[in-house]
Amino acid sequence: MPQMYTPTPTIEATGPRTLTLNMGPQHPSTHGVLRLLLEIDGETIVRLMPDIGFLHTGIEKTCEAKFYQQGVPLTDRIDYLCPLTNNLAYVLAVERLLGLAIPPRAQWLRVMLNELTRINSHLVWLGSHALDIGAMSVFLYCFREREDTLRIFEMVSGQRMMTSYFRIGGLALEPPLDMFGAVKKFVDRFPSRVDEYENLLTANPIWLKRTKGVAYLSAEDAIALGATGPTLRASGVDIDLRRDMPYSGYEKFQFKVPVSNDGDVFARYIVRVQELRESNEIVRQTLQGMPEGPIKADAPKIVLPDREKMKTQMEALIYHFKIVTEGFPVPPGEVYQAVESPRGEMGYYVVSDGSPKPYRVHVRAPSFANLQALETMCAGRLIADVVAAIGSIDIILGEVDR
Amino acid sequence: MPLAPAITDLEQLKERPALARLLAWNPGAVEAAKFDRDELTIVVKSAALREACAILRDERELQFNFLADVTCVDWYPNEPRFEVIYHLLSIPRHERLRLKVRLAGDDPGLETVTSVWPSANFFEREVYDLFGVRFAGHPNLRRIMMPEDWEGHPLRKDYPVEGYR
Repeated sequence: MPQMYTPTPTIEATGPRTLTLNMGPQHPSTHGVLRLLLEIDGETIVRLMPDIGFLHTGIEKTCEAKFYQQGVPLTDRIDYLCPLTNNLAYVLAVERLLGLAIPPRAQWLRVMLNELTRINSHLVWLGSHALDIGAMSVFLYCFREREDTLRIFEMVSGQRMMTSYFRIGGLALEPPLDMFGAVKKFVDRFPSRVDEYENLLTANPIWLKRTKGVAYLSAEDAIALGATGPTLRASGVDIDLRRDMPYSGYEKFQFKVPVSNDGDVFARYIVRVQELRESNEIVRQTLQGMPEGPIKADAPKIVLPDREKMKTQMEALIYHFKIVTEGFPVPPGEVYQAVESPRGEMGYYVVSDGSPKPYRVHVRAPSFANLQALETMCAGRLIADVVAAIGSIDIILGEVDR
Repeated sequence: MPLAPAITDLEQLKERPALARLLAWNPGAVEAAKFDRDELTIVVKSAALREACAILRDERELQFNFLADVTCVDWYPNEPRFEVIYHLLSIPRHERLRLKVRLAGDDPGLETVTSVWPSANFFEREVYDLFGVRFAGHPNLRRIMMPEDWEGHPLRKDYPVEGYR
């Protein structure tokens, strides 16, 4: 007789009028495998407890068994909607451990691809969030432009999603020439496309009813509960790591940081839509001033040599062999490198003990922290608002569980 | 940019506002400090951690009002085996600080900081789940990543990367 499977943990109803309800993990609007335990009084949420870990893959543990350069493809899998942001945070952390200086062209390309990634991620968010709330058509509009960004990623890295394009010390390859043309075309067209999304949603009375005043989060609560990114900025806290603690040359670009004081689902929507426009402007600026020069740091013991050099120079062949088979030692120390991912503060804490493998890699995932704010947002609201609230914090379960 | 050597001398670092404030409060609570790769680390005694956090959060000159992250490093087989690490961020001042607590290997435990920052709830549960460090006074100290009936703590260094348990 097979045992009946009872999912744990469970919660008990605390009052005579309430009952508990299981939502997920296979619920279509929980964006992956999020399980929520709800205690409800009629349709009103009394208590909400997220149960996570269904996607736990032990990436932090795996990193400890790999060379530093082998960690880059693992970071893609943490957040599959912004792989390049994860790549960037990891390589920046290791580069700071090594004390490597990155040539300007590589930095600019990194910024450009990061902002395209932000556009890509926000488009998936907007499409699926609108789908959750019932606006079906927005999804198709968003995926039309998302396809363009994926084609650009495919041009540079050969992959649409798991790009692994950044390397410790620079980039994997010089991007193909027609990539800049494709980006230019995208950047010129994109603002009018954002207008299209806004036409569909911003003044739509159904959208406003479902989002205005829903899932309110005050600035104090947002800070206390560890929310970052658009969730924090929609509650009126003006912080953006790209502007306030710049990395990878972000200080060279002009952009506005959208902030809203309303703290509801609509505010998070407006903040992200404005970020789409600002990211587009940053990409335009990177195109206009793209510096010439190498895309890899001058560090033969860390950066793989060009293919051509390997065929003609003995030293290059030796370095290549040594990097691939033995890795490269990293001076002991520790670094916490945070970047502004589409969801908030994405931090990589890398500890080195002087060997070619990281002693510890820890990922501070924004979705993981943002999820804590969900109960405060939903308490006292209806079950249907839970769906809107989950969409509005833009969680990626790969990142929550790692 | 070649690496500057790490500064570990308390005398050289005591001018730093965060460290100066903690030393003024209780010099015995600070075990060590390090400034390396533009990051300041302060090692505090585990008994003083919660109060030190409250001071760093509330001091008008410092305003470390945001707890970005809590994590742990296992230095097995060395002692003290565990380092619990708190990454603090001051949102108004755009500055970071790392607090560290060192714990012995047998039955590691310390006081929770959820009363200072509610956001520590999930972070501390993760450290408990993956390292087995207990946080006294935590409102809901249960496994978060692994199943509830899991044995062992996977991110410990004596836990194998591959194979069966």
